[in-house]
Order: sequence, then C-alpha cells, then structure tokens
Amino acid sequence: MTDMALEPARAAAEPAFDRARALSAFKLGDRTFYWVTRVSALFVLIILGGIILSLIIGAWPAIRTYGFDFLFTQRWAPSLQPTPILGALGPIYGTIVTSLIAMAIAIPVGLGIAIFLTELCPMPLRQPIAVAIELLAGIPSIIYGMWGFFVLGPFLADHFEPAIVSAFENVPILNTIFQGPASNLSLFNASLVLSIMILPFITAISRDVFATVPPVLKEAAYGVGCTTWEVVRNVVLPYTRVGVIGGVMLALGRALGETMAVTFIIGNSFKISGSLFAPGTTISAAIASEFAESDGLHQSALILLGLLLFVLTFCVLTAARLMLRRLERKAGA
Amino acid sequence: MNSIYASRRRSDKIIKVLCYAAAIFGVGWLCLILYTLLVNGLVGLHPRIFTQMTPPPGVQDGGLLNAIVGSLIMTSIGVAIGTPLGLFAGTWLAEYGRYSKLTGVIRFVNDILLSAPSIIIGLFVYGAIVVPMGGFSGIAGSIALAVIVIPVVVRTTEDMLNLVPNHLREAASALGMPRAYVITKVSYSAARAGLITGVLLATARVAGETAPLLFTALSNQFWSVNLTSTMANLPVTINNFVNNPDPNWKQLAWTGALLITVTVLSLNIIARTLGAERKPK
Repeated sequence: MTDMALEPARAAAEPAFDRARALSAFKLGDRTFYWVTRVSALFVLIILGGIILSLIIGAWPAIRTYGFDFLFTQRWAPSLQPTPILGALGPIYGTIVTSLIAMAIAIPVGLGIAIFLTELCPMPLRQPIAVAIELLAGIPSIIYGMWGFFVLGPFLADHFEPAIVSAFENVPILNTIFQGPASNLSLFNASLVLSIMILPFITAISRDVFATVPPVLKEAAYGVGCTTWEVVRNVVLPYTRVGVIGGVMLALGRALGETMAVTFIIGNSFKISGSLFAPGTTISAAIASEFAESDGLHQSALILLGLLLFVLTFCVLTAARLMLRRLERKAGA
Repeated sequence: MNSIYASRRRSDKIIKVLCYAAAIFGVGWLCLILYTLLVNGLVGLHPRIFTQMTPPPGVQDGGLLNAIVGSLIMTSIGVAIGTPLGLFAGTWLAEYGRYSKLTGVIRFVNDILLSAPSIIIGLFVYGAIVVPMGGFSGIAGSIALAVIVIPVVVRTTEDMLNLVPNHLREAASALGMPRAYVITKVSYSAARAGLITGVLLATARVAGETAPLLFTALSNQFWSVNLTSTMANLPVTINNFVNNPDPNWKQLAWTGALLITVTVLSLNIIARTLGAERKPK
C-alpha cells in the first residue's frame, strides 16, 4: 500500500516530460511490432513458396528432357553420353515399398503399445514409459540408420534371411519375394529400420488421441460388462478413428521422406527386383547419396525426384492434418 | 451362454497378450538401440575426441573437435536466425490474427513445413543459397537449419500464447498499454517457460539433422570456422565415417553418434521439465 501511495508523489517530483512525444513513441513501437510480426508470419508462406519455386526451377531441364517418361523409366545411367538416360521408377518403387512394409509393421505394434499404455499398464509405469517413448521419437534418424548398418543388417543377413529364403523356396510367388542371396543391404532391412524409427511416433500420437476419449464413455462400457478388448474395439477406436488415421498418415509422411535411416542400408541400386532381400533405393536415399557429386541434367533429375517426393508427402500430410483437425474440432465441441 | 462368455474372455486374453507383446517388443527394441549405442560409443570416449581434429583415413587416434565446433556454430546460427522469425510469426498468429482467415492458412502451411522431409529443405537451400553463392558454405547449412527451426518455434509459440488467459491482456489494455506492450510485457512473461521450451525443442530437432547439411555445408576434414566455405559438422562427419571401412573412423562415428544422442536427449529432457514446471501452479 505504501508503495502505491508513494508512486504519484515520485511522478510529480520528476521533471515534466513531453507527453505527446512519449505517446508518438508508443504508437511507433506499436505499429513497428505489428508489422514485424505480420511480415514474419507471411514469411512462413514465403518459405513454402520458395521451396516449390526453387524445386521447379531446378527440375525444369529434367522435366523438359524427359517429360512423363521420367516416371516410367527404370534405367538410371547418369554418365551416358551425350544425354544420360534417367528414370524415377526405381526410387519411386523403393520409396513406396519400404514405407508400406514399415507401416505394416509399425501400425499394429504402435497401436498395441498405445492400447497397453492407456488401458493395461499399471498406473505408476504409464507416465515413465510414455515419456521414454516420446524421447525416443526425438532421436536423430542417422542413429537408427547407423544401428541398422552395423548391427541389424549383418544380423538379418546371417540369421534371418537365409532361413526365410529356404522356408519359402518351393512356394510360388513367395519364393520370388523372398529370394536370396541374403545381403546386408536390402529393401527389407531398410523397411525394418524405418518401422523401428516411426514406431515411437505412431505410439505417441495414438496415445494422445486415445486420451481424448471421455472417461465416462469407457466407464459406461466397462459398467455394462465389456471386456478391455471390447471397450477398445467398440468405444475407443470408433471414437478416435479419424485421429488414428491422421496420426498414421503423419507417420507415413515421415516414412516416405526419411533419408538417413535408409540411405546406409538400402544398397542404392536403381534396378527393380522382385525380391525384398535385394538392394534398392528410395527417392531420398538417391538424392542423399548422389546429389553432392552431380551436375547438369543428372542434378536436375535428382531435384525432380525431390519435387516428386515433396508432392507425394504434401498430399499425405494434407490429408493427415485435415483428419487430425476434424478430431480436434470434435474434442473441442 | 457360457460359451459366449468363454469366447469373449478368450479374445480379450489374446488381445491383451498381443498388446503386452507389442509393448515388450517395441520398448525392448528401442532399448537395444540405445544399449548398442552406449556400449560402442563409450569405448571411444576419450579426451582427445574434444581436443583433436578428425583424422585422415588409416591414421590412428584423432578426435572430432572440428566437427563438434562446426556443429555448435551452425546450430547456434540456425537457432539464432530461426527463433526471432518463428517467435514473431507465432505471436502474430496468436495475438493479432487469432480470428483472421489468413491465420488458418499460415497454420496449415506451417504444419506442412513442420513435417516436410528435411532433405527437401536441403534441396531448397541448395537452389536458393548454395548456387547463387557459388559453393557449399557453413552459412548455407545454418540457413537450412533455420528453415527447420522456424515451424517448430511458430507452432509452440502460438500454442503457448493461446494458453495465456485473456483477462491478463484485457487488464493490461484497460490500463492503456498499447497492444505491442501488452504482448511483450504481459503475454510473453506469462508464457515465458513455454516459449523457452519451444526454442529448446527446436534446437534438439536440428542438432542431429543430417540430410539438410549433406549438400549445403558439405563437410570438412580440417579446422574450419569460416562461414563462407565448407564447414565440418558432426552428423555429416558420422555419415562419411560410416560409409568407410576404416575401423578408427567407425569407432569415431559411434562416439559421435553417442554425443549427438546425449545432446538431443538432454535438450529434450530440459525442455520437458521446464514445460512441466508450469502445471502445478
């Protein structure tokens, strides 16, 4: 109280100041701050525009030379004279196959962990495990790639792949998909590392999404005698369906564009082989391993690959965001 | 009747077992990765890692000093460029444009940038900075990292400012404070812990980024603090060392990977504790 009483006295004691000047300084600061923040916000749009523009400009020579054939050509011969023959079919195939296999492994396991964490896990363990998984989602992907290269690849090549190859030797179709020789570098190894990498991601998102289910709904279901599985299947999953799909698509977007986790162990071969145990390449792996030493049309073709990847992930991410936003609106309502 | 109960109970049991298996499988697998990293990385952890340069192939010893310093420089510059831009952009979204249509568009674009493949950012910076500048450079690497920092900071800033109760702003406005002062003196102070969390998370995110540096900063075998030429950095050095059969390089790669992981994890943990401190109040 004494402070407040003293305040006007002190103000009166100070020399009179120019009120108009202080006000105009205030006004100027206010306007400046508004425009600085506004321009920064627009800068986000400029970045996206810049990305699209620079990719199109960089890819233009390749677009003009190859046109739509680029998408359907398998051959990748950058040193051919006078014009190199370059096609994106190999990397596109590798990107889609590795992402699909990774998703096929990571979705059930990730959802399983999320269900475990929200329904089954003893209370004191829930928070620590959830935090640990979220921390793991932040580990740089090069660590996963390195581990796949030094540890997982050799292990699979020595123990897992020969067994699978001999098991399916006489089964039609499967003997093409799982064809030897076993190798440290293969599409399958890359998919496995990718799935381990996106696992914490899927788990963290599904757990967040499952947490939006009102406890009343679950309690009601348990109250009429539902088992845990029935609650999950009939209450939790239907309620969060949009969000789970959104989270899965977000993870797919990440898997499609992931570079360092796959580059080491995919083998960088542009030839499409029916076998999963054969080396392949993905769009991002091709860019990562060849871009720094490329020039001319070869470089332009790599940028075109990047543009394709951007368009692909843009579509997937847009779908994901729209779905997650729908769930948010539902949770807010 | 009993058979229905039995089958319901059985399917419940099966799913529960599968969930437990998934949890053990997933968590175990991730622990295995950390364990391998720790074992292989600690073997090579030696003071010379921090005092010597990266060795040429076939030479014993050597450290990672130039790579560590390069990474520190580029990460700091990237964060220093990205933070104010992201902070101001997030401020506009939460304070000025909360009800504007433009905000929805910017937020959406920001979300796309947030999860865009980082190698695309590398390609963008290559086209926008490296080509016009005539060569790979440390500054190009820093800008690539800044482009990754911006969406992270925008997102957390907006979220945190949206949490600031409106009556604080109203009270400040009622005292006659201009909008800019309400934001800087009241909103920022109320959301300070959250804003710092966002910057730390962004730092953690870029500290281990490799793909955008591959063809912006490239890397360098030698001591390099010149921002206009190629600059050594930890992730790309690891990338180059892994791809080489030299055993000493392999060991250095493991140790470097351990350093990166420890840095990223501790940044994340600090950010988390800072963010959690607000809740009990």
